[in-house]
Amino acid sequence: MLRFIVRRLLVLVPVLLGLSIALFAWVRALPGSPAQALLGERATQAQIDLINRQMGLDEPIYVQYFRFLGKIVQFDFGTSVQTNQPVLDEMIRRFPATFELGVTALLLAVVVGVPLGYFAARRGGTWLDSATITGSLVGITIPVFFLAYMLKYVFAVKLGWFPNTGRQEARMLNVEHPTGFYVLDGLVTGNMAAFWDAILHLVLPAVALATIPLAIIARITRAAVLDVLNEDYVRTAESKGLTAGVVTRRHVLRNALLPVTTVVGLQFGLLMSGAILTETVFAFPGVGKFVADAIPTRDYPSIQGFILVIATLFVLINLVVDVAYGLIDPRVRVK
Amino acid sequence: MNVNNLLDVNDLEIVFSRRGRRDVRAVDKVSFSVAPGETVGLVGESGCGKSVTSLAIMGLLPKRGVRLGGSISFDGTELIGLPQDKLRRMRGRDLAMVFQDPMTSLNPVIPIGTQVTEVLVRHRGLSGDAARKEAADLLARVGIPDPARRLKEYPHQLSGGMRQRALIAMALAAKPRLLIADEPTTALDVTIQAQILELLKELVRESGTALIMITHDLGVVAGMCDSVHVMYSGRIVERAGRRELFGHPRHPYTGGLLASIPRLDQPRGERLEPIQGSPRDMLAWAEGCAFAPRCRNRVEECVGTPPALGPDRLRPEHELRCYNPLGGSND
Amino acid sequence: MSLGAAEAAITVAEEQGGGLWREAVKRLSRNPAAIIGAVLIALFVFVAIFADWLAPYTAMAPDLSQIEGPGHVPGPSAEHWLGLDDNGRDLLSRIILGARQSLLVGVVSLLFGMAGGIILGLLAGGLGGWVDSTVMRLVDMMLAIPGLLFAIGIAAMLGQGMTAVMIAIGVVNIPVFARLLRGQMLAQREADYALAAKSLGVKRSRIILGHVFPNSLTPVIVQGTLTLATAIIEAAGLAFLGLSGEDPSIPEWGRMLAESQRHLANAPQLVIAPGVAIVLAALGFTLLGEALREALDPKYRR
Repeated sequence: MLRFIVRRLLVLVPVLLGLSIALFAWVRALPGSPAQALLGERATQAQIDLINRQMGLDEPIYVQYFRFLGKIVQFDFGTSVQTNQPVLDEMIRRFPATFELGVTALLLAVVVGVPLGYFAARRGGTWLDSATITGSLVGITIPVFFLAYMLKYVFAVKLGWFPNTGRQEARMLNVEHPTGFYVLDGLVTGNMAAFWDAILHLVLPAVALATIPLAIIARITRAAVLDVLNEDYVRTAESKGLTAGVVTRRHVLRNALLPVTTVVGLQFGLLMSGAILTETVFAFPGVGKFVADAIPTRDYPSIQGFILVIATLFVLINLVVDVAYGLIDPRVRVK
Repeated sequence: MNVNNLLDVNDLEIVFSRRGRRDVRAVDKVSFSVAPGETVGLVGESGCGKSVTSLAIMGLLPKRGVRLGGSISFDGTELIGLPQDKLRRMRGRDLAMVFQDPMTSLNPVIPIGTQVTEVLVRHRGLSGDAARKEAADLLARVGIPDPARRLKEYPHQLSGGMRQRALIAMALAAKPRLLIADEPTTALDVTIQAQILELLKELVRESGTALIMITHDLGVVAGMCDSVHVMYSGRIVERAGRRELFGHPRHPYTGGLLASIPRLDQPRGERLEPIQGSPRDMLAWAEGCAFAPRCRNRVEECVGTPPALGPDRLRPEHELRCYNPLGGSND
Repeated sequence: MSLGAAEAAITVAEEQGGGLWREAVKRLSRNPAAIIGAVLIALFVFVAIFADWLAPYTAMAPDLSQIEGPGHVPGPSAEHWLGLDDNGRDLLSRIILGARQSLLVGVVSLLFGMAGGIILGLLAGGLGGWVDSTVMRLVDMMLAIPGLLFAIGIAAMLGQGMTAVMIAIGVVNIPVFARLLRGQMLAQREADYALAAKSLGVKRSRIILGHVFPNSLTPVIVQGTLTLATAIIEAAGLAFLGLSGEDPSIPEWGRMLAESQRHLANAPQLVIAPGVAIVLAALGFTLLGEALREALDPKYRR
């Protein structure tokens, strides 16, 4: 098992290195000089000269690259053009919001998607099955931002059930946030009003963000369950006269959920992309909105930092998913 | 119908229907019985309906797209139409089944031990260490070495022969009175086949379990079964006791099956005799005897009304469905 | 393998290939989802091509007669079926004209991605060895960045405007096709007919290009249909984020949506109309693509 992990980590290194090279090239390919890219268009010549010297732009390219790499490894992503704060700080500050949103969305997608897929497979040919298939096709096809707007319009603007922007009401400005995760904070500080407020603000964005993963998870679960139901070992289990519950849990689900778990792990990328759009629509102060704002302001350092962090996380999460799969599927384990 | 029979299958009909296609009559009024402790052989080529019959007995056929007719009576209880929960209680405990492919018939992600103990938990009320000990004993009895270690292993860590032994252990764990073995050795190496068959013979003799042996291999039947039923295209075409059938095969199909087995004592250079044609060359029963297109003994009547299954006038121990059997006709 | 058996294997494979498509078309014609998809696609393409003739008004000219005051966004009326947008322009016309943009972007980026992906996949699957490893490392790298983010990066690098968006989406899809084709080719290379051809002495390049490659294309085509749908959506997304340039004379659904945000409360149709248009267009390709995948799946052969 340890060898397995080490081997996968080793494969990771060239991929990440390649990424860093790509990003390095990217910064230099941006419109304007790299200095301008990093400082923004309003930079003065003095500032540009300073950056040029700091970045060693007069030095050979591979030296520049290694400087770049050195900085990256120390998490120095430069300064945000929008806020003039270090990119790293900005990201750390906004990360909890996006994390809370993402986790909620993923939970929603799994808690609704898996049972839906399961029952659609069990009751093949009924309305539930057809509805699930159609629903998931449509779910995959709706642009996240459009869905976000529709939800906002119907439930926030028209019905007023939920707030339509932000993470907390303005009047709650004085509430403490020990963990930075607003829902948890409310519980931890015992402030039920804040807790409830945080939840209300999460609902609509989470639903919007969860839709595509939900559709995908429902489909995969349905397909996996259908496949497993046709397997011989399910027939063996039935022939043993085991109760329906045991057959379902130990034989059907234990096997069907294997591919589902992998898929769930891979939703991270989708959630990040979706977060950029969803947070924009709901003015949710997370990393996604930060990146979206970085585009019109040409805040390239922020975009670069975000890409780097997300790509690295993605690769690491893939590794975790692989290892986890090895833990739950004994056939893969004994290698 | 003998009330002392363990299993009575009467006029069993199994029809498959699929949307947009014609119904397929897989089993057409099949009847046979199994007495307690008896070993019965159900012989035929693939597609003749023998496997489907066994699935029907176990109640394992899907509900949609399948129509069952006739009666399957186990120890007095009618199995067709029995509600699922009652069926579940009988399966494993009273009647059990061993399937053809040991590779795919085991749950790949659960240890072998659990797959045995779950039967014990369900039907014999055992749990924890008692169940594990009994499971190890069962594995030992089916000839698996070092059973305590095997309990924790997974199916992919066992060889094909051992997997099939494990499946037999699971089937017999709750001491059923009837065991159905559907081609249990077909997927195994030839050397292992004999071992598994010997094992089965021994176990059912020890425990007094009745056995239905489903196979296409007459050799298997010859070694094990008290009585044999030969099936073709969903119907029984001949039945007799073992010695009677092998000594005096009457139906041309049975004769063909026997003749097509190469024998050690055959003179060299003598041609093998296959049954001409293939199972696809079969008539619908409505148009006469289904075997007629492939039959050497075919006469005019054979393509008229299909022959009925009845006692063989020439050989009283036999039941036969043929107008012109081997060794002389009925009258 | 004997000569006769080898030739037979190749013939069977070729016949099966052609027969697969014919059977698929038959099965598709009976599938309601496929028909709906095809209809939507036909509608979309028709509107896109004949947009100039179909649109009742132009994209630019505001109809000031309708506007009653600053900030007033007139709703649907007899002259303007969908009403006007916040600049007084006919919404329906802008939607119709926007179809052309969306189709253009979708098709171009798809072709770009497919071409790039096919080339890479062909190299990796056909040549194997270190070429395969290198290409796959590259593909892994590209797949490590979530799609939208990757597209943002590329579009930002290329400046703004629809061309940048098209290239960006194309590039993002290259690894998908590359991996798909490579996987297929690796499998096909071990198929009976390929081994048969090899044993007959057919040159390796001919086997790869003439037999393995064409037989590997089926899932690529299915994926292409599905990717067209996602390309349309991604393009809208990028436009929404402001990456598609500012030219107001060329309506683009995603940008229309972004620009109408602030009117969500008082004139929701400005957001709904382009959104629904995007959904319908993408849905058409998705339905057809999924139906195509099912229809071509050899497991479904009766």
